Amino acid sequence: MEENVIIHPTCELVIIGGSSGSLDIVLKIISNIRKDISAAIVVVVHRKTTSDSTLSELLSVRSSLPVKEVEDKDTILRGTVYLAPPDYHLLFEKKHIFALDYSEKVNYSRPSIDVTFDSAAEAYGSNTVAILLSGANADGTNGLKAIHQASGVTIAQSPGTASFPYMPEQAILNAPVDYQMSVEEMIEYINGK
Amino acid sequence: MIQDEEVELLINDLFELYGYDFTGYSRASLKRRVNRLFILDSFPSFAEFRYRLTVDSSYLKRFVEEITVNVTEMFRDPLFYKTLREDVIPNIATKPFIRIWHAGCSTGEEVFSMAILLQEANLLNKALIYATDINPNVLEKARKGIFPLSQMKQYSENYILSGGKQDFSSYYTANYDRVKFDESFATRMIFSTHNLVCDSSFNEFDLILCRNVLIYFDIPLQNRVFELFDASLDTLSYLALGSKETMKFSGVTSNYKQFGKEKIWRKM
Repeated sequence: MEENVIIHPTCELVIIGGSSGSLDIVLKIISNIRKDISAAIVVVVHRKTTSDSTLSELLSVRSSLPVKEVEDKDTILRGTVYLAPPDYHLLFEKKHIFALDYSEKVNYSRPSIDVTFDSAAEAYGSNTVAILLSGANADGTNGLKAIHQASGVTIAQSPGTASFPYMPEQAILNAPVDYQMSVEEMIEYINGK
Repeated sequence: MIQDEEVELLINDLFELYGYDFTGYSRASLKRRVNRLFILDSFPSFAEFRYRLTVDSSYLKRFVEEITVNVTEMFRDPLFYKTLREDVIPNIATKPFIRIWHAGCSTGEEVFSMAILLQEANLLNKALIYATDINPNVLEKARKGIFPLSQMKQYSENYILSGGKQDFSSYYTANYDRVKFDESFATRMIFSTHNLVCDSSFNEFDLILCRNVLIYFDIPLQNRVFELFDASLDTLSYLALGSKETMKFSGVTSNYKQFGKEKIWRKM
């Protein structure tokens, strides 16, 4: 982590995107977030379309924060973990309200991390922290560009610590990534918000 | 990238010139669709995009077709169909005549899924399925009952998960890369354009399905649609929504009882 940290505006939204090999990392992060965090946490992971609510149950059990799989037009509350439902794109209608979309897959994925990052960049701008984890495709890279353009913070998992380094590597090569972090560093960073 | 104000300009144009009212559409999704089309059709500027839309009524057709989302599949969410099969259909089976409405049916994959369920319950010959959409082009496709062969493996798996016991391929004839579903299904379907934004109730139904349509509407427009559905449902009739949609923001919700975990409500 660089020392000359720029002072960023208040973080209202932390979005974590991941694909293959990201589930353990997501669980680890979510179970270590401090209880009084003021941001809302949104998790977008590629998973099988037929999956039931197992992932949200797994997260619920380990997190001291309330965990919810998003339903259409849900209000976004601080200190809550939101999970993108399988087979929908997750969008922000505006600040504090979700929207869902069942349009074509993007990067062979629905939910697509790019789609959610793009939408967060529009709705939350510089109040966003976007984190891209392990994965085997290039979803998320364009979204990180949008977050950066909106003056949000962009973080990629250090490829050396990822079971599938391709996704964070693509981001580091092609998007302005502010920080490369290990899981422990991510937890510390989020808890400092 | 098209800006928020530009999306509002297009919404105004569409209403004033053509009477299409997108005011109540969810902006997050609408803006994505507009941007997608803008890029897809390689317009050099927003001004040219807007000009084309305002002077070329044939482009309007393309615009509406591309802006509205028409992604669907057969037996989508198989467990939902299992609940229809096991719990809902037996309850409406005793009616002398069954009326079902698929609102926002797109290219008809879910309409044909329903027809298969009714057929397997020996109810198809006393049922009528009304299938409506804002977009006449998708209805034209739906009416034909022709779908890509490449999807059939997935649909067959969905069908089995929904509790289907037949050989799924017995319902269609394959020809090159497409399949055509048995003509007998389409004889029990009525296709018509209907715009949930401005059109009114046209019949009473035992079951209304409107799945993954309301996600594109804002809450006030969703409420309008729930009132329209409420006016189109008899007591003890059913309303089925998409797996992440909810009646909870609606004023009529107190008259309805949710059916277990599924997104199916029964009017009380």
